[in-house]
Amino acid sequence: MIRVVLPFHLRNLARVDGEVQIEVAAPVTVRAVLAALEEKFPVLRGTIRDHDTLKRRPFVRFFACKEDLSLEPPETRLPDEVVSGAEPFLIVGAMAGG
Amino acid sequence: MSKIRVLVGTKKGAFILTADGLRKDWKISGPHFAGWEIYHVKGSAADPNRLYASQTSGWFGQIIQRSDDGGKTWNTPGSSAEELKGPEGFPKGESNKFVYAGEAGTHKWYDGTQHPWEFKRVWHIEPSLTDPDTAYAGVEDAAIFKTTDGGKTWKELPGLRHAKGNLWQPGAGGMAVHTILLDPKNAQRIYVAISAGGCFRTDDGGKTWKPITRGLKSPYELPDPDAEVGHCVHRIALHPSRPDVLFMQKHWDVLRTDNAGELWNEVSGNLPTDFGFPIDVHAHEPETIFVVPIKSDSEHYPPEGKLRVYRSKTGGNDWEPLTKGLPQKNCYVNVLRDAMAVDSLDKCGIYFGTTGGQVYCSANGGNSWNAIIRDLPAVYSVEVQTLR
Repeated sequence: MIRVVLPFHLRNLARVDGEVQIEVAAPVTVRAVLAALEEKFPVLRGTIRDHDTLKRRPFVRFFACKEDLSLEPPETRLPDEVVSGAEPFLIVGAMAGG
Repeated sequence: MSKIRVLVGTKKGAFILTADGLRKDWKISGPHFAGWEIYHVKGSAADPNRLYASQTSGWFGQIIQRSDDGGKTWNTPGSSAEELKGPEGFPKGESNKFVYAGEAGTHKWYDGTQHPWEFKRVWHIEPSLTDPDTAYAGVEDAAIFKTTDGGKTWKELPGLRHAKGNLWQPGAGGMAVHTILLDPKNAQRIYVAISAGGCFRTDDGGKTWKPITRGLKSPYELPDPDAEVGHCVHRIALHPSRPDVLFMQKHWDVLRTDNAGELWNEVSGNLPTDFGFPIDVHAHEPETIFVVPIKSDSEHYPPEGKLRVYRSKTGGNDWEPLTKGLPQKNCYVNVLRDAMAVDSLDKCGIYFGTTGGQVYCSANGGNSWNAIIRDLPAVYSVEVQTLR
């Protein structure tokens, strides 16, 4: 199971508390995790990446194992610690004021 | 006894204010969708318990929320567990999918070049007058979308952007369809207003649209002050008994048309300034209209720090200031275009919200005002439902 940490507003939107756990078939990539997440929580479609282009929204970041994966290609494989469930995949709202 | 429900969209959530017909003791519910920008909340005339809300965020984009119980509970249409058990092919989580029809095309950009259309958010939702599952959405970048399944899916009516959309351009606040008026006597006729595109009308249910801007003059905003498109129309309003008569608050100028927009005439008259955002019509007096003059496009606050609603009982030109109960010194708030509404009780109620977080109500046609609530986030929109 892949552990995913959602930002506050997306947790509220998906109506979940804390981490969510999703099954992702190998290879476990950023794209595969997002697809599985959206399949389980359709309300999140369009909030993390664009509906059609699947491009990451500008103020959403992806972290794992203290690395920023936001700018990596979506087919990037996630670290073994994330695949094993030892570490979560973090979806983060970028810092901004307002 | 009748009840009033005021739907308030703010920079950090939605609030629902309810009172009986006396409009003195108010109950406050909210914030709903706390922390999100709520551009607009509006109820269906066909089913007052059906509400639509536009929830938006610079981080996470657009969400459409729907309530079927007058705002007690909310759901993103097409995404609830019950709906996902529906037949195969049922739309899943597409209530926030706004995709322009066909080639998105381009519009005028700040530097004069052409810029691709990019969806940003829904500014205004206008439910059908007869079907709770049908509604229109005015969006930024400017276009109009329609749902016929209660907000689960949205399709663009692309004919609007064919009305010289390549010549529309964003103002400082963006380029959006912010006003949608449905003609209660002609289901095929819809009016929209766009900043900064102008004013448009369809007579065939949204297939084709034409600019209705003859008489508008914008000498400080456009190189051709009489241009057919490009005017920064801030708001239009009509009285349901006379849908061919429209009132307009333009960037500068207050205007009216008596022939469905074929020709506009300025009726700013004795206003202290004819810059402003909202305009609305009394529920029972089609010639009584309300505006909130703002000092200028450079200084978005009331002249002299005095918050004054101006009322004309003659359809414009002759205006009187309404000040009782409103701050008359050191007031520097703004009132945004979608932040004024009226109820339809015998003594018509007028409501408006400010960027300072106050929502004011007059239960006597504007003669005196009370703040229902004072310390909300900046108010983006105010709508009122009269529940009988």
